[in-house]
Amino acid sequence: MKMTKTLLATTALSVAAGAASAQDMADEMTIVSWGGAYQESQVKAYVEPYIANNPDVSVTWDESSAEAVAKLRAQNEAGNLTWDLVDVTAADAMRLCDEGLAMEVDHDEILAPAPDGTPASEDFGDMIVSDCFIPQIAYSYTFGYRTDVDAWNGNTPDEICDVFDLETFPGKRSLEQRPHNNMEWALMCDGVPQEDVYDVLETPEGQDRALAKLDTIKDEVVWWTSGADTPQLLADKEVVFGSTYNGRLFSLIEEQDQPVAMMWDAQSYDLDGWIIPEGLEEDKLARVLDFLYFATDTQRLADQAKYISYGPARQSSAPLVGEHAELGIDMAPHMPTNPENASNAFVMNYVWWADYRDDLDSKFQSWLAR
Amino acid sequence: MSDTTETGPVISADGVPLKKSLRRALRRQKLRALGLIAPLLIFVLIAFVAPILDMLFRSVENQIVSNTLPATVEALQDWDENSGVAPDEPVYKALYFDMFLAAEAKRHTRLGSRLNYEKTGLSSLFRSSGRRVDDLGDDYADAFEDIDPRLTEAGFWFSLMSGEGEKNEDPVASSRRRLSGVADSWLFGEVGFAPSQEITQLLPETTRAYSEFAVFTALVDEDVVAEEDPWEAVYVALALDLANADLSSYSGPGIETLRMAQENLGNLPIVPFKDFFEDIDDDWVDPEYWQTIAVFSPSYTSGYFLNSVDLQKTADGIEVRPENQRIYMMLFQRTMFMSLMITGSCILLGYPVAWILANLPMRTANLLMILVLLPFWTSLLVRTSAWKVMLQQQGVINDTLVWLGLVDDASRLVMINNQFGTIVAMTHILLPFMILPLYSVMQTIPPSYLRAAKSLGATNWTAFWRVYFPQSVPGIGAGSILVFILSIGYYITPEIVGGTTGVFISNRIAYHISSSLNWGLAAALGTILLAVVLILYWAYDKIVGIDNVKLG
Repeated sequence: MKMTKTLLATTALSVAAGAASAQDMADEMTIVSWGGAYQESQVKAYVEPYIANNPDVSVTWDESSAEAVAKLRAQNEAGNLTWDLVDVTAADAMRLCDEGLAMEVDHDEILAPAPDGTPASEDFGDMIVSDCFIPQIAYSYTFGYRTDVDAWNGNTPDEICDVFDLETFPGKRSLEQRPHNNMEWALMCDGVPQEDVYDVLETPEGQDRALAKLDTIKDEVVWWTSGADTPQLLADKEVVFGSTYNGRLFSLIEEQDQPVAMMWDAQSYDLDGWIIPEGLEEDKLARVLDFLYFATDTQRLADQAKYISYGPARQSSAPLVGEHAELGIDMAPHMPTNPENASNAFVMNYVWWADYRDDLDSKFQSWLAR
Repeated sequence: MSDTTETGPVISADGVPLKKSLRRALRRQKLRALGLIAPLLIFVLIAFVAPILDMLFRSVENQIVSNTLPATVEALQDWDENSGVAPDEPVYKALYFDMFLAAEAKRHTRLGSRLNYEKTGLSSLFRSSGRRVDDLGDDYADAFEDIDPRLTEAGFWFSLMSGEGEKNEDPVASSRRRLSGVADSWLFGEVGFAPSQEITQLLPETTRAYSEFAVFTALVDEDVVAEEDPWEAVYVALALDLANADLSSYSGPGIETLRMAQENLGNLPIVPFKDFFEDIDDDWVDPEYWQTIAVFSPSYTSGYFLNSVDLQKTADGIEVRPENQRIYMMLFQRTMFMSLMITGSCILLGYPVAWILANLPMRTANLLMILVLLPFWTSLLVRTSAWKVMLQQQGVINDTLVWLGLVDDASRLVMINNQFGTIVAMTHILLPFMILPLYSVMQTIPPSYLRAAKSLGATNWTAFWRVYFPQSVPGIGAGSILVFILSIGYYITPEIVGGTTGVFISNRIAYHISSSLNWGLAAALGTILLAVVLILYWAYDKIVGIDNVKLG
């Protein structure tokens, strides 16, 4: 490493000052992401174009985003950082920032402004939920249902409380095996207005109330832990109703042509984006910043929507969202941020969950086991 | 020859007593043997024993509280946890300086997440307070600037604090210790600052705060102390010092400015620290939050172990957790019960198979053996996923039953995402571990024994039960230990087919390692699991005797 650094330094000295900046950047980058269709959309939308511009750069992928927080903590304790750029959910970005494992960034300084000159921090707006977080996409947890259930007598579910209505919509449902979202949905269907959900959930009575509501369907629930579970269960007819990431449902419905439809009511928004690990070496950091500037600009984020139905985090990207790269269908109606889909959406409160996850999780797990 | 042996010790050819020579040869042999296994030994020590010990250590380690808030923890000693009222001003003063430093080092949120395991709300309390803790000092700094603009200049502060005459190295040394604790690694390097003896006595709080700033600036930010504006906390400390410092006899640099500041002390927006923290968040004057901090302030805690048996540590001592939060005892019991079920079904299924294998001619036995080993060599995930396809409600078994008319289409059997699914899949996966030791033990039982028993008039059953079975018990023992210990720590299969009622304690450990990040609790649960296995092994040794176990 030191050797290459010295070499780089000497070459940098020998060439003109202007070219020196490109010489100081590392040629290798290890990017951590989620694998699957999502990572593919990143490759197509900005990693391949970036490499086309910088042929010397090689990118190594690590599909470890699901365990990113634990692994970064372990790398930090061992003093051996092997990642350069990590794709995480907003909640994880916040935890990494809290633990001092992610680097705080000045969004306006390191990110490109919108084409009309709006600074990045305004273009991303509320999506910047943490000083360490560089947003890419907005996705949502929402429900898909089978369209060929005879027992429903032609009714189709169109609101969240239909999930709890076993009489009109009998059959198994799949829900995620953690309290997040489920508790919120349960309270909403127990008559709590959306804006009061977290206030009610803060009290032990509110928590019991949410669990009591979930109790009414508990026997009919299959609990999922991985994002691929619900699409699989729906395709296998194991469940008739199921929550998962909207992009997974999109590919189930549009790409695999299964008799499944989306129910957007009360979809829960979540964000996904980059963090830079704290303590990167200078040349690596320079490369990562160079890549980020490119990969999070307005056009690149809009391009990503060609490959997956997640909404670009920049406001300026929305008008540029076009058609699916292979299917040729218009992507805008499939975005969680599309006004028609977003009429009753809510944003999961990360800060609130950061406080209550330990407490509620033990209650939820104990409830599940009963 | 015979006349020498009786008088002195036996001498070897080179003149050394034989006994000594022999001992030397043996030692050499031992060292050579040790040298041969050294690579393995070192590997095991580094890759296996050390991580386990490190993990076990985490289950009691709790230094983060006393490292991050040392002064607060000390001040809290004087507070009565059961008094029902919040602590007094000195605690809040200590908290302010501790918190300021922690926020600069970005460690306050880490402490918040640690304490949030014990009391909900502490995570956001620390996060929001860390953000606001600058505000107090900002007000002071502005007021000092109005008195004399020089008071906010980096260079002025450096010469003021350096003073004249004899230096005092203690404040910098203790700040280095303090900051190394917060940063969790020793800070090396030259600070380039030392206060004078006089200034240390004159302005003790300010000296401490400025030394901390100097160490942090020089060693963490790697900047030059004399060129950086001091932290906001330094102004707060100066205001505290000036309130009771006697400046009349001091004549070092900056004394006029100091005097002027002291005269105008009334212009400072001085607020009690307690009010400041109450203003940030009411929770800071809630004694319950302070109880949690006090209870978890020692460097070592039994808290994780108590949590892992559904107890909790409170100011009043150890209490049972509320019923709706109890989970671990039940999981331990379930893990034991299901592991026993799996071991039992492995014996039931594996015994006849092993018997057939042992009694067939070699050629056929080998062919059948491959059938036993083939699934053993297949990926664990593939086998588990295959069971999913088999057992689910729209799966192969249910479809067949519905087709045969044995089960109504509307009431298909639920065979997965419950204990049944886990037991079936794990029995299949662990079966080879039962069959192989059984087979190797049975092979050593001569068939002539059974024939002899029968020729002496025993029925088939008696011959088997009285003659054959007792001889196969060592195989059952070995297989049971293998299967039971493997299944007690199994993770992937229960995760995939176990649903909510068929998961093991290991799934919870994995959750705490990778998801909730409560590594202390995960370590405690793991330690208990390890202890249970060792106790069972010991009990087995006492009852059956480990010598009776034959692996082949």
